[in-house]
Amino acid sequence: MSFDYGKYIRMEKMPFLWCPGCGIGIVAKALYKAFADLGWENNDIAMVSGIGCTSRVTGYTNCNTLHTTHGRALTFATGIKIARPDKHVVVMAGDGDILAIGGNHFIHSCRRNIDITVILNNNHIYGMTGGQYSPTTPQGAYAATAPYGNVDPCFDVVELSKAAGATYVARGTVANAVLLEKLIRNGLAHRGFSVIEVISNCHTQFGRRNRQPEAMQMINEIKERTVPLARAEKMQPEELYGKFVVGELYRANRPEYTEEYERMRKKALAKHQTKG
Amino acid sequence: MPQPIKFYQGNEIIAHAAVTAGCKFFAGYPITPSSEIAAEMAHLLPLYGGSFIQMEDEIAAMGAVIGASLAGAKSMTATSGPGFSLKQEHIGFACIAEVPVVVVNVMRGGPSTGLPTQLSQADIMQARWGTHGDHPIIALTPAFPEELFMETVRAFNLSEQFRTPVIILIDEVIAHLSSGIAFPTREELTIIERTKPSVPPDQYFPYDTSFGLVPPMANYFEGYNFHVTGLSHDRTGFPTTNPDLVHNDQVRQHEKIYKNIHQIEKWEEFYLDDAEIGIFAYGTSGRSAMDAIVRARKEGIKVGLFRPLTIWPFPDDPIREKLSKMKCIIVPEINLGQAILEVQRVLGPDIPIKGIHRVAGVPIHPREILALLKEINNEL
Amino acid sequence: MRNWTHYEARFGAVGGQGVVLAGAILADAAVFYENLKAVTSPQYTAQVRGGATKVDVIIDTQEILFPQTYIIDFFLAMSQRAFDRYVSDTSPDGTILIEPSLVTDYSKAPAKVYAMPIILLTKREVGKMVMTSVVALGAMVAMSKVVSEEAIRKAVLKNAPKGTEQLNLKALALGLEWGNELIKKGPIYRPSKGE
Repeated sequence: MSFDYGKYIRMEKMPFLWCPGCGIGIVAKALYKAFADLGWENNDIAMVSGIGCTSRVTGYTNCNTLHTTHGRALTFATGIKIARPDKHVVVMAGDGDILAIGGNHFIHSCRRNIDITVILNNNHIYGMTGGQYSPTTPQGAYAATAPYGNVDPCFDVVELSKAAGATYVARGTVANAVLLEKLIRNGLAHRGFSVIEVISNCHTQFGRRNRQPEAMQMINEIKERTVPLARAEKMQPEELYGKFVVGELYRANRPEYTEEYERMRKKALAKHQTKG
Repeated sequence: MPQPIKFYQGNEIIAHAAVTAGCKFFAGYPITPSSEIAAEMAHLLPLYGGSFIQMEDEIAAMGAVIGASLAGAKSMTATSGPGFSLKQEHIGFACIAEVPVVVVNVMRGGPSTGLPTQLSQADIMQARWGTHGDHPIIALTPAFPEELFMETVRAFNLSEQFRTPVIILIDEVIAHLSSGIAFPTREELTIIERTKPSVPPDQYFPYDTSFGLVPPMANYFEGYNFHVTGLSHDRTGFPTTNPDLVHNDQVRQHEKIYKNIHQIEKWEEFYLDDAEIGIFAYGTSGRSAMDAIVRARKEGIKVGLFRPLTIWPFPDDPIREKLSKMKCIIVPEINLGQAILEVQRVLGPDIPIKGIHRVAGVPIHPREILALLKEINNEL
Repeated sequence: MRNWTHYEARFGAVGGQGVVLAGAILADAAVFYENLKAVTSPQYTAQVRGGATKVDVIIDTQEILFPQTYIIDFFLAMSQRAFDRYVSDTSPDGTILIEPSLVTDYSKAPAKVYAMPIILLTKREVGKMVMTSVVALGAMVAMSKVVSEEAIRKAVLKNAPKGTEQLNLKALALGLEWGNELIKKGPIYRPSKGE
């Protein structure tokens, strides 16, 4: 189905700086499609990012964009959302950015259930800084800083987000753009803190060191390892080892942060007035 | 209508001044001895149509105030000691992205955890050079209750006027001292708002210097859809590594403060007219110096005080004008020698400059200043 | 007429909220009902939580420049620890008032010491122990005359939570009465002169 990308892209900034075949382009397109489906106006969206390849999406997106410091996009996004609760705030982040240096901000934003949508492009590696292992690099995988294989255990983004209090958690992949668009659209529409993890390919920094140097090779491997939620529910845990379960994995109804603040304000004002 | 006189702590005065100046957002993290600012903002902001949030850490609080300011809300954070160190990363972001924010630093003993509940004046140089890279900064040093109020309002004004973070540097004694004060109302104050673009969105660039050294600033969600980054950028706001553009922008950011220094600098004089000995002091040490001067004058010692209210940019010209004829200068400060280095730089080697430096977590007592004054006076 | 232009009072205790409030009320009385200048600096946080604590009240006929103490004119000690820690700043011409059940060793006092069973009196005459600091404040004012009895009465009323006005006034009156008595009775200790 065709739609008008041009509305959400700063065409004069083309071409993208990412490597040919990079998964981030697929994520960006899915996001623009979701904006279009929801009919969101550019001026009503603020997009915030930190540092890294994924964080460069802000520069190409035609809305109110903010490219901040490493790991800390959510802190700026929180300020924007509280100052303007009537607007949409989206954070684009990579796994190294938001889960390592930004890990504290991530779990606390989940806890607050503030109405921000995080698109977490998980390519299992630090791309821009040169292929160092991230909090999602599988154990045993090779990286610039793991020349003998990665010793660090990794985070499960979905379980982390759920446990920390996010109220919409989904996982998609760059191998299935149609599903990804749907997951992002529902995440954007959800009133509360939404996390959409996107399993993505960095053939340049991850693939090259782990015998998958071609983009399509990596995307195909992601596809092979993907299990839709409905099928995963019928499988044993050992069968799911090393698989990416995709779909809308968690949804909860919990009061949203800025709405709660407004309720508190009404209470405070009433109390203040009775006191004179 | 004038407000009634009431007793307030220094920290509380800053909070009341902030909301009067139009502050609509405060993000903080608990730390002594600045905690009462956050507590008072949490109390006041909901009533003034603003919002308060206690963030997960100091860095987050600084990020949140920058975000809120970009979205159009006048914003402030407050911290002390280690918190000020943590905030430096984002103070640098506010500098390069030219986002107006007010940062209060209640100075306590350091380094590291140091003296969490006692005073120091040892963050003077950190306020100037704390974040990496070259950048100008504005820092204010109020010492009396009325000054705390007026300088907080001025901090917001300067931040909006020059699109820059402004730091309010006070010490623990000033922060916790309780005095009677009648707050001015908003109508009695001059309130400066950020200059909005006068051009339509398709002609707007967030760092457009054709309007002067300080580019007009659109808020998010006003139809301008502009880009803000911590990377070196050109006038469009997008990253550049073009050597000329990078250099010129850094120089312009420096000049927007230093070429406008006369709109920023502010100081108080005390018995300077006929003085032969000059004291340079700020904050609690400034008040100690005033007390010592009153006593010294009774003994016939001709001494006066230069007390900066803007300590950064450093008041080079006023110091040269007021202090270069002195026979001797004293700089009492609760650190091992920070502002004294700047005074030496400005006045050169011809005037003897003596420091009183104690980092014991207690104020420099007027007695100590008086003793040195007598000693110097005997040698004159 | 007052025979001073500058007066420094220090209230020391353990814990601290009571004496901090008493300091605030004294400053209030000086500023609002005597047209004087006053500042208070409480000892801050960590030291307040269970340890020895103090509040300094500085009163002046002129604007207060240095906001901390030179030499204490009146020291109220509600605990031995506060006494030991803070007594040495007291002027030899000053006055020290102790609660004798809590301060038993006052041999290091640099000024004359008066004793008043503040806790026992409060328990017996007022009934509410939170009023201890108001009783002590009354005695302090009666002994020091730093503000008038009328001024302190107004300030206590102004700071009394709703419904506790009469109790506060009762506590203050008790303190004032005892303070005046103490002056007549004289100190229990005088430091030896000529050291």
